[in-house]
Amino acid sequence: MGGHKPKRKESPKSRSGDGSSRPPGSEARSNRAAKKKTPAAKRSLRVVKGESKQIELPLTAKERRKRSSLKLVSPQPSSTESVPKSPPRVSAETLATRQREISVSEFFTRNRHLLGFDNPQKSLLTTVKEAVDNSLDACEEAGILPEIAVSIHTLAEDRFRVAVQDNGPGIVRAQVPKIFAKLLYGSKFHTLKQSRGQQGIGISAAAMYGQLTTGKPVCIWSRTGKSKPAHYYEMHIDTRRNAPEVVKDETLSSWTLDHGTRVEIELAGIYKRGRRSVDDYIEQTAIANPHATIRYTPPTGEEVIYERATRQHPRETIAIKPHPHGVELGALIKMLKETDSRSLKSALQADFSRISSKVADEILKKAGLKGESRPSRLSREEVERIYRAIPAVKIMAPPTNCLAPIGEETIVSALKKRIEADFYEAITRSPSVYRGIPFQVEVGAAYGGSLPAEELADVLRVANRVPLQYQASACAITKSVIGTDWRNYGLQQSRGTLPTGPLLLFVHIASVWVPFTSESKEAIAHYPEILRELRLGLQEVGRKLGAHIRRRRRQAAETKKLAYIQKYIPQIGIALQDILALTDRERDKTVSVLTDTLERSRKI
Amino acid sequence: MKATQAKRYAAEVKRKNHQQDQNTLKLISGTAEETNQKILKRIKPDLKFPVRSLSNVSYSKRSGYLEIGKQKKVRTLTVTTVKTFAQTLRMMSLSKDLIESNDFATKRDAYYQSKNWGDAGFQEQTESDTVMDDIEAMFSMYQVSREQLRFIPDEHGGAVAGQLIVYDPDIETGEVERIDCTRFGSGAYSIPSSVEHLSFETKAKFVLAIETGGMFQRLQSHKFWQKANCILVSMGGVPTRATRRFIRKLSEEAKIPVYAFVDCDPYGISNIYRTLKVGSGNAAHINQFFCVPNARYLGVTPQDIRDYKLPTHPLKEVDIKRAKDALKNDPFFQSQPAWTQAITHLVKMGVRAEQQALAKWGLNYVLEEYLPRKLKQTDRFLP
Repeated sequence: MGGHKPKRKESPKSRSGDGSSRPPGSEARSNRAAKKKTPAAKRSLRVVKGESKQIELPLTAKERRKRSSLKLVSPQPSSTESVPKSPPRVSAETLATRQREISVSEFFTRNRHLLGFDNPQKSLLTTVKEAVDNSLDACEEAGILPEIAVSIHTLAEDRFRVAVQDNGPGIVRAQVPKIFAKLLYGSKFHTLKQSRGQQGIGISAAAMYGQLTTGKPVCIWSRTGKSKPAHYYEMHIDTRRNAPEVVKDETLSSWTLDHGTRVEIELAGIYKRGRRSVDDYIEQTAIANPHATIRYTPPTGEEVIYERATRQHPRETIAIKPHPHGVELGALIKMLKETDSRSLKSALQADFSRISSKVADEILKKAGLKGESRPSRLSREEVERIYRAIPAVKIMAPPTNCLAPIGEETIVSALKKRIEADFYEAITRSPSVYRGIPFQVEVGAAYGGSLPAEELADVLRVANRVPLQYQASACAITKSVIGTDWRNYGLQQSRGTLPTGPLLLFVHIASVWVPFTSESKEAIAHYPEILRELRLGLQEVGRKLGAHIRRRRRQAAETKKLAYIQKYIPQIGIALQDILALTDRERDKTVSVLTDTLERSRKI
Repeated sequence: MKATQAKRYAAEVKRKNHQQDQNTLKLISGTAEETNQKILKRIKPDLKFPVRSLSNVSYSKRSGYLEIGKQKKVRTLTVTTVKTFAQTLRMMSLSKDLIESNDFATKRDAYYQSKNWGDAGFQEQTESDTVMDDIEAMFSMYQVSREQLRFIPDEHGGAVAGQLIVYDPDIETGEVERIDCTRFGSGAYSIPSSVEHLSFETKAKFVLAIETGGMFQRLQSHKFWQKANCILVSMGGVPTRATRRFIRKLSEEAKIPVYAFVDCDPYGISNIYRTLKVGSGNAAHINQFFCVPNARYLGVTPQDIRDYKLPTHPLKEVDIKRAKDALKNDPFFQSQPAWTQAITHLVKMGVRAEQQALAKWGLNYVLEEYLPRKLKQTDRFLP
């Protein structure tokens, strides 16, 4: 997996340093303690490398005392002391001895559910997903049409070896350990650019999960070019230090690919078929990434090959600067502190998109500040004045060439390739903006054919070409689909549910920053602008679907009527023959004349 | 009736029946012929039915029953009606077969017969009943009853006892059965489902149509008919078509009045008595045959409740609704001020009384006191 930008899951807010970030957020508080190097903190450094469990270490006398004091503060009285006395006060100094740094990796081991490792079935899926996301991102950045091989090998009923191999650019030798065995290490976090990964947690979290459940290292093969040697690594993660620990580092004389990366992780998991399975995810990924060929070998059964539906590369995405309308006060303060520009005006123009000289003047005038001021010397109040002035100034919407939609034609051809239906349609909406961040909605639909007619419609949620599997009900996409009145378009729909019918909806949101409701990237947040675009996109596709369904119904009704005529006119002939004692010839004449009259009378 | 007379009567009935059957057959084939001709001329054929709803019903004082109006429903043969159209024609064809073989079919029979029709067969009996009702309505415009189409009701008629001799000719043998309704002991003569061929001989002065079987039993077992010189008919609730037709025929042929003796409640008045006298609202197309315009209401009247100090029950909500509906929507009651007054009176009292309430004064009070007293003042019966 070349050029891996490990991902980090954080909301954009946290970049502004407003303290909402998760793992690093604890630093501020624990710094003091760490500097003091209390025995506890020191001990934490001594912990056996790579050992991830919270092992009960022998306690020092001092610590034992502290623990017992802890007991006293606990609200449950011990059995011997039935009448609790008022708890003894604990001094700040004592408390300080208990405060210590929490490493990101440690944090993960306890909070792995935040990253999608909450149960064995989901963990298997997340591992595959993180590796595949990285592979696709790497290939796209290098301008290579992805060919990805995914295989899951069963070691035991609840133990698997996941291997993901790509034909990407490969990874420079020195970077490999950090990318796969250090959390929050990556390239994508610091830019506003449409990509699958964002934060630099994903693949290393998967590696850590594997290590946590099997004790086995993550294995990497990588090669950056035909003339270069391939490398093989085995690595553990030191969860205390959040650092890679290389077990094996070999240079290979030959490898199967000219360039590319292969990662193998052994982990505890459960493989199931059906909804939210790895199988489902791979199939959906193939639909969302029609330019990729994916070979998939499930734990049971034969290799499945999803051939690419198009040879067209996705549009190259470019990084953009933040748009002033989306920036928050804390972020603004930080940006102005850290800017390279020497004057406030040039800082505004250089660090934001869509601020021209004229717009900068207007903002500064409204804020009552001089353009020549040193940005780093502004007081908090002064920055706030700028912050308040921004919404009052008319600023162009952010550039949208940073977005790479899949495209209407490509979505349709991808759906056609994977799903047998009799109607396909796709709509790519024009780019729009939420909180200053550009985004774009695409809606595709497949209807009829082999899709199940009596079940609720299937909604394939995709964010930056990554299919979303969990938390459907919390997602803005699901909400919008439910909120659309599909009865207008000839489908059945009960109040507050998805429509019923042989329908598959493909909904894609492309954005430089997709607002997920949680770190595990499972559901998209309900921003009004996003909901609006989703609604309009769904309605547009719905109208076309409705026209199709109506046309189909008309045709069916016509066919039915024709059958009806052919079924019952002979009966009229029989009755008339009985009553009037007609000959068979007379009867047949009546029947044929009547059939003709009725068929002519129909409006077709 | 002497033997020669009877023979002549049977022959007469046979001739009349034959004539009627020929008429019916002509109507059936006429309709079919018209349909066929239109088809051959490439014109969409149609069938006309009177509209069967209360909006198309009026009370005619002259004829004495609820008459169906002039509104017609035209069913043109189109793509959507082709199935019912075919079924209607096949049902008419069945009627023709029944007449020709001198047979009959109940609604249920007809439904099962349709199972031989292939695609035109009925799935449910309700479907075949509707088609049959349509045909009945269609032919009622030509004074042809359902019985004449040989579709007879499943339900049987009520019971008869008293001063009446019924002649029932067997058309096959030419024999005429003489039925003496005084000679059923403690039992009674049961009205057949078709009564058109019957003939009557009676010296009775009136027909007493009784709502409940219990009251009929009491009057019959004490031979009230002998004392009052009358004919007792048990209706058993709302009278069936056969019962209504029987009473109508009897009262017309013997030229004797009919007195109704029912419970004093909105059901007895607006359902049982009204249906007996002027027919029903939603089957108005058959009322011309199935009503007894010269029936009158003996009791129990709202006034009787007071006069005879009868024990009562309070009117239920449905009773009040039924009474108000009769006052507001029923063309018969609306045209009779005496009834409007009586029903309003009943609603005001807010109570109802059953026939059997008279038993308060002794089990045989009804035949010893009440009925003789009422029958002395027939002019005070409600219309």
